[in-house]
Amino acid sequence: MGDRRPPPVPVRPSWFARLRALPPDDPKRTLLFALAVAVVCATVVSTTAVALRPRQRANREAERRVQLRDIVARLPGVEALFARTGASEVETLAIDLATGAPAPSVEAATFDPRKAAADPTAGVAIPGDLDVAGLERRARHAVVYVVKDGGRVEVVVLPVEGSGYGGLIRGFVAMRGDGNTILALSFFEHLETAGVGARIDDPAWRARWQGKQARDPEGRLRVGVATARLDPADAPYQVDGISGATITSEAVGNLLRYWLGDHGFGPFLRTLR
Amino acid sequence: MTTDLRAVLTEPIVRRNPVTVQILGVCSALAVTSQVATALVMGVALTATTCASNVAISLIRGALPRSIRLIVEITIIASLVIVVDQVLQAYAPAMSKQLSVFVGLIVTNCIVLGRAEAFASRSGPWASFLDGLGNGAGYALVLFAVATVREVLGTGTFLGATVLRTVAAGGTYEPVDLLLKPVGAFFLLALLVWGLRAARLAPDDEEAS
Amino acid sequence: MNGPWKILFEAMFAQNLALAFFLGMCTLLAVSKRVGTALGVGAAVVVVQVVTVPVNHLVHRHLLSAGALAWAGLPDVDLSFLSLIAFIGVIAAIVQVLEMVLDRFAPRLHRALGIFLPLVTVNCAILAGSLFMVERRYGFAESVAYGFGSGLGWALAIVVVAGIRERLRYSDVPRGLRGLGIAFVVVGLTAFGFLAFSGVELR
Repeated sequence: MGDRRPPPVPVRPSWFARLRALPPDDPKRTLLFALAVAVVCATVVSTTAVALRPRQRANREAERRVQLRDIVARLPGVEALFARTGASEVETLAIDLATGAPAPSVEAATFDPRKAAADPTAGVAIPGDLDVAGLERRARHAVVYVVKDGGRVEVVVLPVEGSGYGGLIRGFVAMRGDGNTILALSFFEHLETAGVGARIDDPAWRARWQGKQARDPEGRLRVGVATARLDPADAPYQVDGISGATITSEAVGNLLRYWLGDHGFGPFLRTLR
Repeated sequence: MTTDLRAVLTEPIVRRNPVTVQILGVCSALAVTSQVATALVMGVALTATTCASNVAISLIRGALPRSIRLIVEITIIASLVIVVDQVLQAYAPAMSKQLSVFVGLIVTNCIVLGRAEAFASRSGPWASFLDGLGNGAGYALVLFAVATVREVLGTGTFLGATVLRTVAAGGTYEPVDLLLKPVGAFFLLALLVWGLRAARLAPDDEEAS
Repeated sequence: MNGPWKILFEAMFAQNLALAFFLGMCTLLAVSKRVGTALGVGAAVVVVQVVTVPVNHLVHRHLLSAGALAWAGLPDVDLSFLSLIAFIGVIAAIVQVLEMVLDRFAPRLHRALGIFLPLVTVNCAILAGSLFMVERRYGFAESVAYGFGSGLGWALAIVVVAGIRERLRYSDVPRGLRGLGIAFVVVGLTAFGFLAFSGVELR
């Protein structure tokens, strides 16, 4: 007879083993399972979002800066202008939209127009009948970019935005120092349909804006996009819309009318004349 | 076993294609195909999501309580889609903007949920992964086919590069705008299904309509 | 015509979720064979949409968007990346509650809608409604209008297609085009018709 092992002492199974022994549909187990899934998913999602957020923000900022540089670089005669003035970059200027006067208290480098618009003090509601661009609110201030020659503003680049077909359309409009002639129009953010509304990015369509005037000699705001036949009388102020992209074309016209009008940059543009 | 697995991978590409045969994932198959680039990105995004969700669901299939099965699957899929969306926004922002809500809609894409229910919930992880890969590839193929026709004939470009010089750009090709509208996509898909059935690569429907 | 009404009509016609954005196609193709079932699913979609879009708007505005948690003392938190999962959770919960409410208070209606309600949860048109509402920054009243309009639009699309497909049952459709193929053609033609609405300007 060899060694006889003592009979095994019944060991109480761990709580985990007891959990697994429960039938799958047991409410306690279902609840714990659901909780576990929720925690794991939440952790994965939150970690990813937080880790990638700085990069996403940098992307948006980079896109905007590239667009700004791009629109300035394409302005006719801008190289000669830069050579003459000795400048190589645009000058940033923060202004008060209501008066058009400079607003030194606003820090231009960190100014976020969307955030300011939503803020109750830094932003202001746009009255319904004036809100042609569908923005509801805008910031009290804006950051514009100028190229000066001596003390005179030669070119000014204005940030513009408006409600489009798929979402918000944001871009820049460059104007001559007279505050009335458009030199270029460019959009860095929009959700318009590829191949249709997104054709506002087409160089051919964008080129049509060069030389268009915002106001006529009597001072009436006439800039816009013609979605039906372009009246020859409107030709100096308006551009033909993109066929098949009526809503997007109108949106561009509307946002220009708002921002070049009296509730937008109108007061500022008047100070340039 | 190897042949089984190979079938799992290759069947969904044509013979059991999710879009043209199983009739799943049609929504996005039409919406993002106005350009080949967006179609390909969508195809990759869906394949990645399906593979990952199939594997995840396959791993927990033993412990998953029946009463919360569907919502747990949806939660896992939604989490994966958020991750994919965040990655796209960080590393391909222009593409992410063009795809807009449709990346988010992968959550309710019938392919992802359908394969999870039909296959992953009763198969091992490796097989589920291959199933995801196969279905994703089949889906991407259909998207690619439709997008190619729509982009080349609708705008004269392929992946952004000009293939047919349009009249607006000084050439002679008058683009077929209608292909860029929803109508065009629907008709193309109908023709694709017809073609596949005529070539005996897809089963006919018994009913007339 | 002011904001909410314009949104309602645009959502129903010019920006129809099914015919302009291809949303809810799987369900549409599967269920649009008879007008009766199409009406059932359509009704379910309208009800769910008109409830979920405003509710999701509130969830987004007061819990998820940047600065939304200021009332809880967390003004710098931005949880908008959780929108997707929150919305689908809300939708699933609302559909579940709706089912229970109907079962208790309107059992006949509950039997009629029957299996359609769970189908509605995974209908991409429902989720898309909430996602579009966020993207276009709608307010509460506009969310209600958009929910109603987009749901009605989808229902309209499915009923119209069902009506046509019912008639086609006795037509001589080419063999390769039967079923799925001709369904796509019918939906395409309907979408074509609805394209005309994009030229309508609502003042």
